[in-house]
This record gives sequence, structure tokens and C-alpha cells, in this order.
Amino acid sequence: MTSTSVIDELKKSQILELLEQGKRVDGRALDEPREISIETNAIPKANGSARVRLGETEVICGVKIQPDRPFPDMGDKGIFICTAELLPLSHPTVETGPPGPDVIELARVVDRGIRESHMIDVSQLVIEPNKSVVGVFADNVVVDYDGNLFDACSYAATAALLSSKSPKWNWVDDAPTLVEGEDMPVPIATIPVSVTMGKIGSHIIVDPNGDEWASMDARITITSDSNGNICALQKGGSDGFTLEEINRCGDISVKVGATIREKLKAAQQGSQ
Amino acid sequence: MGGRDATMVLLDENGIRCDGRKVDEPRRIMIKAGGLKNADGSAYIEFGDNKILVGVFGPRDVHPKHMSNTDTGILRVRYHMEPFSVGERKNPAPSRREIEISKVIKEALEPAVMLDKFPRTAVDVFIEVLQADGGTRCAALTAASVALADAGIPMRDMVAAIAAGKVADTVILDVNNEEDQAGQADMPIGYMPSLEKITLLQLDGVLTPEEYKKCVQVGVDGCKIVYELQKKALQEKYFGNGDN
Repeated sequence: MTSTSVIDELKKSQILELLEQGKRVDGRALDEPREISIETNAIPKANGSARVRLGETEVICGVKIQPDRPFPDMGDKGIFICTAELLPLSHPTVETGPPGPDVIELARVVDRGIRESHMIDVSQLVIEPNKSVVGVFADNVVVDYDGNLFDACSYAATAALLSSKSPKWNWVDDAPTLVEGEDMPVPIATIPVSVTMGKIGSHIIVDPNGDEWASMDARITITSDSNGNICALQKGGSDGFTLEEINRCGDISVKVGATIREKLKAAQQGSQ
Repeated sequence: MGGRDATMVLLDENGIRCDGRKVDEPRRIMIKAGGLKNADGSAYIEFGDNKILVGVFGPRDVHPKHMSNTDTGILRVRYHMEPFSVGERKNPAPSRREIEISKVIKEALEPAVMLDKFPRTAVDVFIEVLQADGGTRCAALTAASVALADAGIPMRDMVAAIAAGKVADTVILDVNNEEDQAGQADMPIGYMPSLEKITLLQLDGVLTPEEYKKCVQVGVDGCKIVYELQKKALQEKYFGNGDN
């Protein structure tokens, strides 16, 4: 995806030319995300799952919930971990093997957005203090690539968590014991929404597609919560932003995030 | 990284922080340009209790060769923490955190370095964190800019960096380790003061839109303080006592 070719250079000049006229290659407005489709409970064996398409980027997230040992000095809190992986079938340039810096950054930024929003109330995920807690693992796999994996993975993980049903465990004979037939929702405190913006020339565009992603000078991913507060941010790419642009991106992320949050809520309602 | 104390007061009634600083006061910052014999450029920074050494090599041949680019030089950055730099021994192998920080520092420096002047070559920046105490990525980025300048690599500007944040519902400058662990938000910022461009920006923690804008502004103002110290360090090395 980072390989530059003559074709990419031509596409970039076309994208920039269109932006000078206020237009985008796929006809969207500058602050308009692509169409989002969310199918929840796509993987019934998971405790929660979602298959999300953001334009032609497609991500599947499965949530697994199981007892785990707490982290040292975090004995009064459950565990939440979110990962992301690019499958080799998602793009011809993706190879098998350990993840490179791009994928490591992706996974960490998606995890951070959800974690820092305190979406999952981990204090309610304790089976026996200091001994056993509930672990919630949201694993994203990218199955088709067309740019902006940050948001696609974040929406998939959020939708999957919203649709999750957690089993219940009691502490019996020094071990967590499953209570049959007592599923409950995962404790949700807020719905985080990440909005990624690309900078091409001096233009800021929301949710860059694959061609735009390859043409970007810089990008910024901002996650906001249900109260309209900003809870995580990551700048990337080989250019900078002015102070004015950073402020504007903050405003855009809260505004666009609110509309996407409604879609995530609708998907949650559809899953019940 | 340890150092957690639930009873610690992050901000007292007089507006004084846990280490005695005011809300808009950075920690003690000492930057030294040069110092390493073999590196083409180097810098050492003490930023509060952080101690970081940076060495720069290049522009030089690219190995492996397939990484080279016929149109431009490439920048490679390795941010690495010594096993003894933190409370509990750190595994010396690069962690996912270090790989991510290497990437964000690289992308923060790229806008400043005129790599297009050196096609098919690489500039390597090696950052070694000898002692960590919160805000290492900002201190490392600050020192890396000085080391690049010390190596004589053409630059459009230097990147100065510092973190803004929020403790006890108050926006503060230069988040230390305790404030990072127990505070409400941490926002590292890298900024090129002459070009007025933000090249590194991250955030974790919840901020209202107003606090968000204030944090960025406080961080940018802090970067301007750091920038003066970067220039002073280079002046001291190249023009004696810094009078010139």
C-alpha cells in the first residue's frame, strides 16, 4: 500500500486537482464519510461480533470474553484488549509474518481510542478481587482494503462490543465457575467514535478511500465519546498541521462522530 | 512504570503540582549538542529526570538496498529504552510501544528534514532512553532534531516537543510520570516554530472541545520555550559560549 508507482503519482495529481475544485474522486463532500454497513452477530460462536464495511474496506471483529488473571496492581479491574490484523487476502501487498510498524500502530490506535473513552467499565468485570477477572478481547481482522483501516476497525470493534453478551462466573472453590444461562450485556459507559481525516495539499478530507490514502501528506485520527468530548488522538504521515487545522479537525471529528454514533446505536438495536 | 501513589496530590490549592512546579512551568531541560565521536551528529538531553542520548548517521548507503528510493532519501528512526531505564527491568527487545513511538517520531521529523536532496540514501536516527520519567517521546524528538542539525543535515526547521495535559481538571504543561499515570489526559506535541506546523500530536484521556483547543495552544507555547533551548545548545557547540 505504500509502494508508489507512476499510476499512484497520476492518481495523486488527479485527486489534488479535484480537491482544488472542492470535489473528491468518488463524489463525496470533503467532510462526508463513506457509506457504513454494519452486520452484528456475524460470528455466532463469538460472544459478540460485527462485520463492517466502510466503503469497500471490510473488517470483521469478534469479541471473546473469558476469565483471566488481573494485571499486577490492577486486581480490582477487568481486562480489555483490542487488536487488529491485516489478512493476506486483504491486499496483494500484504504478506504473512510478524506485523510491521503500520499494523502495530493501527492496532494500538484502535485499542487506545476505545480504552481511553472508558467505553467498557472494567471495574464491573471482577470475579474475585486480585485473583480472577473477566477479560474482554476484541480482535479485528481486515479482509478487504480500501483505505482508512483506523475507523473501519474502530467501528467494527465498537459494534461488536455493543452486541456482546457476557457469560457470568462465580468464585467457587478458588476457581471461576460458569453460571449457566445467565448471559448479560458487557458494561458499556459510552460509545467512542473515531474519525480519521487526511490532509492532501491544504485540504482536509474525512474518511480517505484507498486512492486518497495513498496520496495523503498527513493524517489525524480523533476519537470522541457520547458526551462530545475528545478522548484520543493520533497524528501520522510525513507532513504537519497548523494550529487552525488541528482545531478544525477536532470540531469535524465531534460533528461527524455524532452521526456515525447513531449508526452504531441503530446496529446495536438491530442485534437485540 | 511504577511510581503510583493513590494519595498523592497532583495539584494543591495554591496551583502547585506534585513536583513543585506551576501549571505552565516545564521541568528543568538541559540539551547538549554533539558528544559522540563516531556519530555524524549527536545530542544529549535531560528533561526532568529523563536522560536520552541520540546519534545520527548519514546520509549514507541504504541497507537493505530495496529500502532505497530513487526520488528521495529516507529517514529511519529507532526509539529504544534501556532495560535499566525504568522501575522494573524492561525486556531489551523492541516492544510494540517502542515500534509505534519510533514511527511517530520519524513522521514528526520528516517534514523538517530535506530528504529530497539525498536520493538513494538513508539518514538513521538512533534514540537511546537511558532513564525514563514520563514524556520520553517529546524529549527524544527534541534531542533528535538537535542531533540532525549537529550532523549538518539540511533542515527546514527544528522540531521542538513537549506534552500538555490535564490534571485535577486543569490544563498543564509538561506532564511528568506521576501526572501521566494518575492524571486525566496526556497530549504530546511536536511543533516546528518557524514554519508554525504541528508534526507530532497524540492524546490519551478525555478533554472537552474547549480543553482540547487550550491543550494544543499550551503545548505549542511550550514548544517555543524548548525551541530556544535547542538553538542555545547548537550555538554553544558551534559559537562557543552561546553569545553569538
